[in-house]
Amino acid sequence: MQLSFKNGHRTPLRGPRRRTLADLEQNQEGVLSSLELPDDFAHRLMELGFIPGIRVLASHSAPGGDPRVFRVDGTEIALRSETARRIWLETA
Amino acid sequence: MSECHSGARGTAISSPPPAVATQRRLVAIVGPPNCGKSTLFNRLTGLRQKVANFPGVTVEYRLGKAKVHGHHDVDLIDLPGTYSLLPRSEDEQVSYDVLHGNLKEVGKPDAVLLILDSTNLNRHLSLAVPILSLGLPTLVLLNMIDDLHGRGGEVDAEKLATQLGSPVALICATKGEGLGSVTRFLSGGIAVPKPVELPVLQDVPKCRQWARQVVSKSSYQSPEPPLWTRRLDKVLLHPVWGAVVFAIVVVAVFQTIFSGARPLMNGLAALIAKSGHWLGARLPEGWLHSLLIDGVWSGVGSVVVFLPQILLLFLFIAILEDSGYLARAALIADRTMAKVGLQGKSFIPLLSAYACAVPAIMATRTIENKRDRIATILVAPFMTCSARLPVYTLIIAAFIPDRPFLGSILRLQAATMLGLYVLGFVAAVITARVLKSSILKSERAPFVLEMPPYRWPTLESIGLRLWDRAMAFLKRAGTVILGVSIVLWALASVPPVNGKAAPIEQSLAGTLGRTIEPVIRPLGFNWKIGVGLITSLAAREVIVGTLGTLYGMEGKEDNRDLQQALHKDLTLGGAVALLVFFAFAMQCMSTLAVVRRETGGWKWPAIQFSYMTILAYVCAFAANQLLS
Repeated sequence: MQLSFKNGHRTPLRGPRRRTLADLEQNQEGVLSSLELPDDFAHRLMELGFIPGIRVLASHSAPGGDPRVFRVDGTEIALRSETARRIWLETA
Repeated sequence: MSECHSGARGTAISSPPPAVATQRRLVAIVGPPNCGKSTLFNRLTGLRQKVANFPGVTVEYRLGKAKVHGHHDVDLIDLPGTYSLLPRSEDEQVSYDVLHGNLKEVGKPDAVLLILDSTNLNRHLSLAVPILSLGLPTLVLLNMIDDLHGRGGEVDAEKLATQLGSPVALICATKGEGLGSVTRFLSGGIAVPKPVELPVLQDVPKCRQWARQVVSKSSYQSPEPPLWTRRLDKVLLHPVWGAVVFAIVVVAVFQTIFSGARPLMNGLAALIAKSGHWLGARLPEGWLHSLLIDGVWSGVGSVVVFLPQILLLFLFIAILEDSGYLARAALIADRTMAKVGLQGKSFIPLLSAYACAVPAIMATRTIENKRDRIATILVAPFMTCSARLPVYTLIIAAFIPDRPFLGSILRLQAATMLGLYVLGFVAAVITARVLKSSILKSERAPFVLEMPPYRWPTLESIGLRLWDRAMAFLKRAGTVILGVSIVLWALASVPPVNGKAAPIEQSLAGTLGRTIEPVIRPLGFNWKIGVGLITSLAAREVIVGTLGTLYGMEGKEDNRDLQQALHKDLTLGGAVALLVFFAFAMQCMSTLAVVRRETGGWKWPAIQFSYMTILAYVCAFAANQLLS
């Protein structure tokens, strides 16, 4: 009861908090669920492999932590965190 | 590594029927970025290629002729790298238009070479959807096949060809292996592809799903991850070591610009001067002599001197780009560059601009985002290029006392020089910010950077690129420089006095200098400086020679006398204003010529010239008023 009260303001009613690509630790994997980006940009990212349902691994990052390199479909692609924060992962 | 030979068996091209002699056959090369498209193009055409801009856009394309034994040459057009043909970006629009025959200048291609990276087939095969649906004869090339095999991957070209309804060949463009199938395709009667069922173009996930199915039906085995790339990235993208290596690379580039190129440039300058003398001694005195020697030879010469520096820089950039490090450098620099509204890929071009804005602007081609690219082009000339140094040196030596500043660390003269570097940098930063928040505001500029695997750069590809850039500089900028040199010469020698070229003070340039004197008087400049401002449009350092002539100090080895003459003739305010003016003004026709070439029109160079000149005028005015 107390727990749910504490987290109540940011947790959707069902299940744990949704995570984005930006929440992945280095070498952690996640499965993409949706891209909350303008159409053109989302298209571009999908062409590069960021398609809902695909596994993405967080790899290296620039010194300072931004941008970060993500490994998707055998290639490595760097995104700024402002972008990574709008790419949602499926809840594990 | 040498499994490339397997390419020979990989094709399913039937022997061509006797080719019908058509007037002209145009074949387009299409492929995603980083798939080895340009390498293939270079392989097929060698030096028989030219670069051109599509009208009205910044996209450039290359046209070349491929030698096909026993037949007419085939025209090849190298289109910009794209992942799809949905006309969203300028690149995609151009590719779309060319392939649909909408561009009259180019014509409709008769066939397509679709080149894909075999190590990335899952992703790259999506591009086959829009290409195959064009219905043109298509040869699908799976490049970097040695890399695929080397990393334990596999693909069955016959099965893939059946799936696609078009022939498939396995090649290795960097080594030129498996290219026999390409020349056969180019020379032969080419079959129209068998229709295959393709997904709807706009649906990216559907296209990918289709690609995945096709790929798995072709016994495609993805390669193991590139081990060496992973190992290298552990160091080169390490939070500490990565930054150290980055700093070393930056210092090395800088050092090359300043020290490495210097002896070569001096050598070339001496050579140009000597050959000018030699030629001058063999020509009869008269206006032709003057035009050729004082006008063309020294005018064009003053620009050509920069060639060694430009080539060295391009050597560096080519190595960085081909090896794959350029993407890492862009990643590391991105955060800093983002603060001024630019991006990581602008970093190396702006660094190059400290040598010369010309190669810097040519190096912006690696920036795909057009707005970022234009912004980088517009701010690059603010960086303190090496042509400003002779001007700075002269004025500083003449006006700034050589005394300690900040204790014993820095002397005042050196501090002034450093200040001018900072001034240029600050102007660039502010301009970038203003541009990116006004006319070049991007719709949330998407920054996406692919990290290609590290590769050894090949001599051939680097050599070809240096050649390409040297020719671009000499030819394209050269025509403008030649023209402006002649105009400047005419200004300085007309009207003739007693059949000889006029002394510069009685010439049109002298008159012009006097005419603009009221305008530049508030900056603390006299008419002689005015003449120098006009002649230095050729290249900034030309003002030193002009002032030498005007003050009657011509031909003296060191310019101490000129310093004293200037010291007497100008106020301190005027001198500082002159430094400020040169820090900001676009006194360089080569840069303008290159900007025109790279942006595909006079619009951007005109904006840039006006903006920089107005800024220079206002700031020089302020400097002069403050100091006097």
